[in-house]
Amino acid sequence: MAKDILKKPDALYEVYHRKPGEDKKNIHYCPGCGHGVLHKLIAEAISDFGVADRTIMISPVGCSVFVYYYFDTGNIQAAHGRAPAVATGLKRANPDTIVISYQGDGDLAAIGGNNILQAANRGENITVFFVNNAIYGMTGGQMAPTTLVGQKTMTTPYGRSVQNEGYPIKVVELLATLESPAYLERCALTDAKNIAKTRKAVRKAIKCQIDGKGFSLVEVLSACPSGWKLTPVQAKKWITDRMMSYFPLGVTKDVIDEREGYHPEKVKLTGDRIEEILGLKKEKLFRDKSMSEVPEQYRNPQIKVAGFGGQGVLLLGQTLAEAGMRHGWNVSWIPSYGPEMRGGTANCQVHISENDIGAPVVDFPNILIAMNKPSLDKFEPTVQPGGIIFYNTSLIDRKPERDDVETVGLPFTDIGDELGSLRFANMVVVGAIIEKTRLLDEDIVKEAMKEVIHNKKFIPDNIVAIERGMAEAKKLE
Amino acid sequence: MAKIVVQVDHCKGCELCVEACPVGCIEIDNEVLNKLGYHPAKYKGTGCTGCGICYYTCPEPDAIIVYKKNEREAA
Repeated sequence: MAKDILKKPDALYEVYHRKPGEDKKNIHYCPGCGHGVLHKLIAEAISDFGVADRTIMISPVGCSVFVYYYFDTGNIQAAHGRAPAVATGLKRANPDTIVISYQGDGDLAAIGGNNILQAANRGENITVFFVNNAIYGMTGGQMAPTTLVGQKTMTTPYGRSVQNEGYPIKVVELLATLESPAYLERCALTDAKNIAKTRKAVRKAIKCQIDGKGFSLVEVLSACPSGWKLTPVQAKKWITDRMMSYFPLGVTKDVIDEREGYHPEKVKLTGDRIEEILGLKKEKLFRDKSMSEVPEQYRNPQIKVAGFGGQGVLLLGQTLAEAGMRHGWNVSWIPSYGPEMRGGTANCQVHISENDIGAPVVDFPNILIAMNKPSLDKFEPTVQPGGIIFYNTSLIDRKPERDDVETVGLPFTDIGDELGSLRFANMVVVGAIIEKTRLLDEDIVKEAMKEVIHNKKFIPDNIVAIERGMAEAKKLE
Repeated sequence: MAKIVVQVDHCKGCELCVEACPVGCIEIDNEVLNKLGYHPAKYKGTGCTGCGICYYTCPEPDAIIVYKKNEREAA
């Protein structure tokens, strides 16, 4: 419906109360800046569609960081380049929200390049307005990813050179190579015709989101007279003469009509459901135990578990940590392993302590579990005097050389194999640790093991393995 | 009759409207210095067709109001 009066749209505040200083009626942009025009076009569309009350504008970093001064909508200001990630969260938490990310070229194409790429590739149902003025305006006119070849900026005083800085990034063409986006177009804020086209594109992009059609982005070539050191009228001409030949206007992707609208229900998370998801509802076996009940040399132990990847080294450490937690102690567990899932070296480091744990790293363990020879060779010298070494005689053909530590050598791998699988070896070790250190209680360890083992069908076998480990360790005495 | 109203203290004198107006009915008023320190745009008083191009060209949300018809008719 054509309006009889054209004036400031309702989606812009009458008075900009958030703006500091005396002047609360004028926007902060320089004379002739394209931001103001785009603000008006977006605000007009939001007002006309009647969605201001459910719109959230996301301000970027750059000149338009103060979008939240002006728009009478919800507003969030995102970290540099991260507007698409913030938009994703907002949209997914509240699918009814109309989320509009407003970003400049430094924000979107440089520091936020991957953010926009991934949001577009996920096909987030958000609308992005990308203001391309080929320069970092706010910080004083430095080169942007979109700065034209030959364009002089503060950081390219002789002009952008292809050899040194490469070519400007064409964002809508780049995103058009992805399957997910629904609508991508480049417009320009120049003459009446192009502004009218921009207006149409702005409305189409917002409508795309309202209809649940998916990701839309409109790139707007926009003047920065201050950054370009031109008058506003010259700047407008510069867009036409210089920018448009490299950044051609037009639609690079439009599959809106081919798509069904997708309108997901808002996921409502109640307290009960959250507790269920986090596993807080389950009855768990806990028993407060004082470290004074533990033999002195094993109190507040620092544990290192090392072996080949695939020997269950990490799971072994997790079982000890989970069990420690269920005794009311503080625990930490960190793994360290090579890139291969099986066959490389792996180790994990576990703290179990009555006290606060500072660093989770264990450089000098008082409990070492060495599941293969390289681990014993490497870590035996690091064990604290008075500590204990559990070593796997199935794979280690020597005894530890240290005489100031206790040593427990058992054929853990062979015992596991005998119980039905090499993979039970780690729980045989756990059994031996229970028996030898008296740190952890058997019943609690068994419950902890059930928690950390994902495939529940192996639980009975692993219980047998723990008991066998205890029995074997007892025999050594 | 259509007309525009320039809200003087919102104009930053960028001249984009002057350049864009298809009938040339806007000029810069060099006699006036507004609160922002600019010579603002001024409607020459006749010729406006109510096309709205100046409104959409102007970067300031409040500087130009376009009445496409007579103000009384529109209200």
